[in-house]
Formats: sequence, structure tokens, C-alpha cells
Amino acid sequence: MSEEQIKNLEKQFEERIARDEKIEPKDWMPEKYRKTHIRQMSQHAHSEIVGMLPEGNWITRAPSLRRKVALLAKVQDEAGHGLYLYSATETLGISRDEMYEQLHTGKAKYSSIFNYPTVTWADMGAIGWLVDGAAIINQVPLCNTSYGPYARAMIRVCKEESFHQRQGYEIMMKLANGTPEQKEMAQDALNRWWWPSLMMLGPTDAESIHTEQSMKWKLKRKSNDDLRQQFIDQTVPQADLIGLTIPDPDLKWNEERQSYDFGDIDWDEFWQVVKGHGPMNKERMKARVGAWEVGEWVRDAAMAYADKKQERKEKQVV
Amino acid sequence: MKQELYNYILGIADNSLILGQRLGELTGHGPTLETDIACTNISLDLFGQVRSYFQYAAKIAGDGRTEDDIAMLRKEREYVNVLLVEQPNTNFAYTMARQFLFDVYHLAFLSELEKSKDLTLSAIAKKCIKEVRYHERFSSDWIKRLGDGTEESKAKMQEAINDLWTYTDELFHQTEADIAMVSEGIGVDVTKLKDGYYKYVNEVLETATLEIPESKYFQKGGKKGIHTEHLGYLLTELQYMQRTYPNMEW
Repeated sequence: MSEEQIKNLEKQFEERIARDEKIEPKDWMPEKYRKTHIRQMSQHAHSEIVGMLPEGNWITRAPSLRRKVALLAKVQDEAGHGLYLYSATETLGISRDEMYEQLHTGKAKYSSIFNYPTVTWADMGAIGWLVDGAAIINQVPLCNTSYGPYARAMIRVCKEESFHQRQGYEIMMKLANGTPEQKEMAQDALNRWWWPSLMMLGPTDAESIHTEQSMKWKLKRKSNDDLRQQFIDQTVPQADLIGLTIPDPDLKWNEERQSYDFGDIDWDEFWQVVKGHGPMNKERMKARVGAWEVGEWVRDAAMAYADKKQERKEKQVV
Repeated sequence: MKQELYNYILGIADNSLILGQRLGELTGHGPTLETDIACTNISLDLFGQVRSYFQYAAKIAGDGRTEDDIAMLRKEREYVNVLLVEQPNTNFAYTMARQFLFDVYHLAFLSELEKSKDLTLSAIAKKCIKEVRYHERFSSDWIKRLGDGTEESKAKMQEAINDLWTYTDELFHQTEADIAMVSEGIGVDVTKLKDGYYKYVNEVLETATLEIPESKYFQKGGKKGIHTEHLGYLLTELQYMQRTYPNMEW
């Protein structure tokens, strides 16, 4: 294809996106579009899978049968999200095994929030309320993103995430209205998860390298800082309602902006965790790589069995 | 009669409770995403069943105990699950062998419990049987896949079946509560399930090109609350929150 032909195709492609048409797997797309989507979608899938670990950590110790059932269902939902996000990404010409390889070698990232430990039961509440809350703010705009398979996956993901968020908030509410010990547990969890949750919405706009192109492709509709403000404005009243205190002495309602002003985020901590030196980065990767390696003989057996079955079937036909 | 019915329900529910807890340990660590989802789902089903049984048991007890008290605040000797379900997740072959050896029993058991004169138990059985039919399909498929897969998987599955075989006979032992409830037309006579169980299990093992263990020595005790050393640790996790923070709501 000549350079001019490619330019022409690119122009038509951008026009389709501008008209809000969906791009489908068999459509022509610029290589950069494909790569950017593989990067973002696989990162999203990895986040779901690694995200199973901090919550999975409390399944065996959930305080009641009702909570245990809800937590199992939630972690199962996350595995399901991972599954259809991997499948959606496969439509762009990369296999799930290749994506795993990228995760296991550290080439692909996942959400840094999962590199923090879940040390008390209240963390199950805080993760649902704050982490899923921040995730929804990031993800709702993606229901209208330009790549069809991603947009459709996100519609389902968002529905379930919003259920998880309510469930997390309900855990916190129960603790906040419980005994002093339970309330203290809830406040402690909020203290630990608040700042990492704000960081989940990404670096400040000045530092964000992908924003402009992503906006054009509708992979992003608002800037990181706008999303962060939205999250804070939505979450502060929820904390007030259950009598918990946001751990930010500079947090203050700004009448003029009709928004909350908030304190400085520790970006050094953010970059430290992103670069692999958070409290749980190594453990999370060890768990993922470990499960993969330990499971190799099982996957090999399943393949061998499927081959044998196919052979037998062919013999029967002959 | 009331106490015996209560004990009888515990005898059923403890199996689901302990097996569900074992499977819950694996979430996020499975060999594939699909098996991870399936094992978590089976755990979820089992805990759902446990809630139905223990809510009913709490009602029968009528002394203010809740489903959680019954599930999480008994002492080790008061759990009456069979030894099979408390065995650890040594590897995926053990997990699937344990599941299969229990599922086949569980399915046959529920098919009989459905006919119980106790309408609550019969209704629970009707609901559970649909789930357990799926569990059995899943686990028996894995017995075949691993048995007839690679040399390595065959060896691992054979070892798991050989090791767990010793716990199968206990499934068919009658407790006092069993005898009382069978005579009332409420309980299932598990002794009658034994022949059908081994016939079917053997068929699956043969299809999976596995050998049927010949050992005639079996372990028992779970139904009387005498467990293997594994159970105490499992209960430590299960009971952690209820023990550390007594009398609180979650």
C-alpha cells in the first residue's frame, strides 16, 4: 500500500470514529490503534486477574457466611471480567498466552492499587467502595469507546462493578455503625486506601503521556485530573454519611468551584509502586507466575486429552 | 426428634461447608482462568447450600443461634463432615479427585433426599441437585482429562485417587441421627447408595484409563467428630473473625 493510500485510510478511519461508529475486529485500523488497544485492554484484563489476589486473601476468613458468599461471587465476577477482556483483546491479534507472558515478564502493567496488602476485613469494604468506585469512574466512559468489542465488554463490566461498589460501601457502613473496634477498623482501612485510590486515576495531566491520542479514539473522555476531582466530590459525602473521616487535612469544600479542594498526592509513592517497588508487587507476581507454572502439567494434559479425543473421533469416521 | 433432626442437618451441611472452604483457598491460583472460575463457583454453590441448611438448623434449635454461630463457633470435635472433604489441595489432581469422589456421592444422596418427608430438606435438595449435577460433570471430566492426558497427569491423578480412596467408605456409614431420620422417612439410608457409587466411580476411572485401587483398608471418624490433623487449621481460618471479634455483626 502506498503512503497516500494509508493516509487516506487513516483519514476515513478517524472520520468513522468522529461519527461515533464502532470499529470492529475485521475493519482496517492503524497499527498504532491496534497496539494502543492491546496495551490498554490487556492491562485492564491483567488488573482484573491480579485484583483477585488481595480480595481472595480474605475468602477463607470472611466473618459471616453471607459475606463469604458475596466475596466469592465478587472475586468470581473479576475472573469473568478478566476472561472477556482477554477474549476482546484477542480479537486484535494477540493470544491469551502472549498476554500472560507479557504480564509475567513485567512488560505489561496492571493497576498499581493491587500492590497494597489487605490486612483487615475492612479492606474488603474499602476496596469495593473506593477502588471499585474509582474504577467505575475510569470505566463508564469506556462503554462508548470506539473499539466495539471493548465497549461491549465494558457495559457488562460496569454493571457488575457498580454492584460491587455498593456492596463495599455496605460493608463499610456496617462497620462504621458497629462497635468502636469495628469503626476503628473501617477508619483505618479508609486511611490506608484513600490516597492509593486517588492515584488509581492516573498521573496528573501534565505527566500523562497517552492522553491526547486516547481522547481522540475515545479511549479516554476526561483527563485524569478531572476524573480524580469527580471521584473526590462523589466520595467525600459518602464518607460523611457513615461518619468516617477522609485522611486529608487540606480537604475543603470550595464554594466557587463547587468542588472539593484536596491535599498534595505523594507522587513519589505512586511512581515507586508503578515501577515495581510497592509493598506487594513481588508477591503478586510470584502468585501469578506460580499459579501458571504449577498449572502447566494440567494445561498440557487438557491439550493431550483433547488431541486424543479428536483422533478417536476421526478414526470412527473412517 | 428435634435434636436428631438438627444433628442430621449438620451431618449433611458440614460436608458442603468444609469442601467449600477448601475450594475457597484456591481462588485466584488455578491452572487456568476457566478452572479458577469453576472452582470458585462450586465453592459459592456449596456455601449457598450451607446457608439453607444452617438457617433451617438454627430455626430448629430455636435458641437464638444463627447460621454463623453454627458454621463458625463449634469446636473441632463438633464438626461431623466426612474426612474426605477436609483433605488439602495438595495439587490440582487431588482437588479434582476429592471433588469427584464427593460429587458422585453427593448427587446420589440428594436424589434420595429429594423424597424426604421433611419438606424443607426436600426443597433444599431439589435446589442443590441442579448445582451438584454440574459439579459432578466438571469433576468427572477432569478425572478423564488428567487420567487420559499425559503420563505425568496420569501418574498424579492415580496417586490422588489411591490416596483419597481410603476416605470413600466413610461416606456410607450411618450415624445415630441417620438411623433415627431414616426411620422417620426424613433421612437417606446411605448404606443403599454404596454399590451404585462404586459402580459409577469405577466406570469413570476405567474410562479415564486409571486403575481402581484395591486397598480394603478405610479410614473413618469424621462423622463422629474425630478428624485428620488438617481440619484444625482449616477451622482456624474459618473461625478467625468470629473468634477474634465475638458477638459482632458484619
